[in-house]
Amino acid sequence: MPSLTLYRLVVAVLAVSGVAQMPIFKRYYIADIPGLGWTADFIFTHRLHYLAAAALLFWLARRIVLSGASSIGEGRLALLLALIATGVPRMLKNLPDVSFSPTATMLIDWTHLGAAMALGLTALAMVFKRHPHTSRR
Amino acid sequence: MLTSVDTKSRFSRRTLFKTLGLGGAAALMPARSRAAVLPDTGQEMATLLDLNKCIGCGACVDACRDVNASRYPEPKKPFPVMYPSRVKAEDFSDNRHVDNRLTPYNWLFIQSATAEGREVFIPRRCMHCQNPPCANLCPWGAAARQGSGTVAINTDICLGGAKCRDVCPWEIPQRQTGVGLYLDLAPSLGGNGVMFKCDRCSDRVANGKLPACIGACPNGVQEMGPRDVIVAKARDLAKATGGFLYGLEENGGTNTIYLSPVSFEKLNAALMEGKQSGKTGANTSERVEQQGPGRPHLARVADVMAGSNTLAWAVLLAPLAGVASAFLKGTRKLMNTSSPQPAVSDAAARKEERNA
Repeated sequence: MPSLTLYRLVVAVLAVSGVAQMPIFKRYYIADIPGLGWTADFIFTHRLHYLAAAALLFWLARRIVLSGASSIGEGRLALLLALIATGVPRMLKNLPDVSFSPTATMLIDWTHLGAAMALGLTALAMVFKRHPHTSRR
Repeated sequence: MLTSVDTKSRFSRRTLFKTLGLGGAAALMPARSRAAVLPDTGQEMATLLDLNKCIGCGACVDACRDVNASRYPEPKKPFPVMYPSRVKAEDFSDNRHVDNRLTPYNWLFIQSATAEGREVFIPRRCMHCQNPPCANLCPWGAAARQGSGTVAINTDICLGGAKCRDVCPWEIPQRQTGVGLYLDLAPSLGGNGVMFKCDRCSDRVANGKLPACIGACPNGVQEMGPRDVIVAKARDLAKATGGFLYGLEENGGTNTIYLSPVSFEKLNAALMEGKQSGKTGANTSERVEQQGPGRPHLARVADVMAGSNTLAWAVLLAPLAGVASAFLKGTRKLMNTSSPQPAVSDAAARKEERNA
């Protein structure tokens, strides 16, 4: 599978499982669509989110070593690093025996949500803009 | 036995017990062993509830309601119209008197179950899990576990999506519509109020006081202290009395440990029986369900977060695996380029063929 195709697939899974962490798929009838009932299962989508996060980190590390950070693109790399920098503490917070202060918990959650939205909106903008710097390999 | 004649009446069998309990039982019961104030140990704190001592008087429930009354929601009505139509308002503001289940206005209630011919009273509230799914999975950072082991919801920012209730094995948090931050965002499209539950009187404990329910109990049913001390005591008591424990292993461990003279399997079966028939264990005329919305079960609970915790290691190790796979690829390439040339080159082989 070409490298960027794998990346796009993983980010799509991250996006769906990430949005599913908010209680909206059931509210807005998405989970009622045959075959999409799992989108309202918070525990399943949480595990799926972790799996996709592992795949993203694997892909990112491998690509940086093989082709250099510049092959990812400056903007994309910055957005991904923001996502990872907020996602990893969020994950650490969820481990047993790890407690962050309520304020830190709130900020981690909000910044992770913000980073995800920034990546999503940028990707959407690129789709419409067909930016020449967006790699189409 | 006295029964409640009016559902809104505050005078009930419990009121009678409490009156007797506060007035006389405290003197008749064994001396209370709890400390007057909570030591500030900085450790994870747990609560032991000895159900052998609970007479269901409800002093703890009233104390909780009195102390937390100023924190109860005051919703704005009419509620915003919410879309789609399947989203229903949850409103207890006209039923604030209800104290026989968990509601946004009642964070502690007393359940009863009859097993082995004995009625057992069980004060029920948030279990304060050691690794709480409500706090871990709240998408908005409104729920958090404090270092003391207390799990609390920040009602100033909670949007009332009720995910915490969905992922809680006991479905503890309760929603009140028409209050909270969601009203200032997009009330028709997202959120539905604020979730409320026990926070072990965080503010009182921060000032060295006991949670209201513990201090008010005439029989010293509850004891709060460092988790290791409480767990050791719970195990010792269970061993000495042949009792049963609940909360030690549930959901990977909680900071609410019940000690019961009757097995929790039997108590839970009794609760479920009550659910089917709409009866309390002993008094069939009250006909109050003991298990259902706002009335948690007592079944054994597996660790909700276990699967995610295992996968967390995969996430942490993934970058190393990525680097390792890149090096493996590089090494293979290197080995292929440095492999010895065939003894006879292609050109030489073709020349040999022509000569042949």
